Amino acid sequence: MSGTPADWTLGQPGLAYEACIACGRNWYFQRGFCPRCGSTSVEMRASGCQGTVHAITTVARAPSPEWQARAPYGIALIDLDEGVRVMTHAEPDMAIGDAVNIIFSPMGSGFFPVAQQRS
Amino acid sequence: MAWITGVGVTPYGRHEGSSTVSLMSEAATAALADAGLERRDIDGLVCGYSTTLPHLMLSTLFAEHFGIVPSYAHGVQVGGASGLAMAMLSHLVVEGGAARNILVVAGENRLTGQSRDMTMQTLAQAGQHRYEVPLGATIPSYYALIASRYMHEIGLRSEDLAELAVQMRRNAVRTPGAHLRDPITRDDVLASKPIAPPLRFMDCCPISDGGAAFVISKDPVNAHSLRIRGCSQAHTHQHLTEAPSLVEFGAGPSSSRAFANAGVGVADIGYAAIYDSFTITLAILLEEIGFSARGASGRDAAAGRYAPDGALPLNTHGGLLSYGHCGVGGALAHVVEMHRQLTRRAGDRQIPSEPALALLHGDGGIMSSHVSMVVERTQ
Repeated sequence: MSGTPADWTLGQPGLAYEACIACGRNWYFQRGFCPRCGSTSVEMRASGCQGTVHAITTVARAPSPEWQARAPYGIALIDLDEGVRVMTHAEPDMAIGDAVNIIFSPMGSGFFPVAQQRS
Repeated sequence: MAWITGVGVTPYGRHEGSSTVSLMSEAATAALADAGLERRDIDGLVCGYSTTLPHLMLSTLFAEHFGIVPSYAHGVQVGGASGLAMAMLSHLVVEGGAARNILVVAGENRLTGQSRDMTMQTLAQAGQHRYEVPLGATIPSYYALIASRYMHEIGLRSEDLAELAVQMRRNAVRTPGAHLRDPITRDDVLASKPIAPPLRFMDCCPISDGGAAFVISKDPVNAHSLRIRGCSQAHTHQHLTEAPSLVEFGAGPSSSRAFANAGVGVADIGYAAIYDSFTITLAILLEEIGFSARGASGRDAAAGRYAPDGALPLNTHGGLLSYGHCGVGGALAHVVEMHRQLTRRAGDRQIPSEPALALLHGDGGIMSSHVSMVVERTQ
């Protein structure tokens, strides 16, 4: 893989995770070292954006006027095929165990991840 | 060995014109009077934090304001688990000999001191700032995610959660100073507006103004001192995304170690003071500690197990769900009520069973931090 993978937290339409070259552990929150073995030999990788719903809810009461304008919206924990758990938005009428694709919805100058049922 | 020698709590609810230090002072005054101690007897001060009064040195700010000159003082921050962490720390400090009488105090005008949006945004910062908070997730939604998974795997139902809300309200109806005192039914809970399904409005605690305090002492300075018999903690994660499980949390290891340290078993406990920010929090903690089988907490509540005259009276003041939640003080009110019940000073709400042992359990963050404590009446 060449270049830096797209990362929605940096305003790009993609989902990136960090991987340890030394011990093989994958995780989501970027920190520049492996939380299991301590190695600094780590790299950011692009997720294939496919996974399964582990937990899901809908936010009816949003934390701010900006988000309240979009409410209600689904929030889910998705287990990616790469073995990493991520939090995303979710399209309506989804359930635990559903197979999903993660797409990227524009907001302001950036994007946020949304899980949609895989057909 | 350390003793809880005096307790005090303010009414919880809407207190226009109150402040963090006014509520802390009111609670501290009551706790000192209850212990029979004067300001000059207090040589330790352990406080928490306040979202309406963010300060680098809340303990010394309060010591100066209240008029005490402690030889040991600082704050503690582990979210909702702070109250019991403060109690456990004070127990260790007293045992270590660094202080003889420690004032443990918290208070906050969380309801009137800021807007509801501000409170929700402040609390949502318990989420991860880069990966969770920007999604517009809230504290109720984090707990709702846990609820969705727990209910899916364990078989707990919304009706079961509602039973716990009903029991807490029944207790608050009998408690002067409780924030929410109108009786509710299971159907009321199930018909209340959705906040973050499966959690509804009445599955969530209110935001309150209030303060609570107690004194932890080296000696039993009066006839109503209770002995701290064993404590433990467990901290498994901070953010929900990184939680190792949405079904098993730190309450299991924390409470088992506390029981082992105290040399007692779960069946010996006659009073339970359990953190109840949401009904799902209370259900999971009751089940993980072992007071109910997995999935059975709501059915047990419906059968009266957790009623004041039941086998295991629980949060007899109404808990966070109905006495109210003012931040760090929220869980301290559980300690105050436990103290009054075990020492038979709970007045009209005195439980008939006269238990000698209580288990207290606090949860901070998103089921992230856990503190358990066994307390004993020795006389």
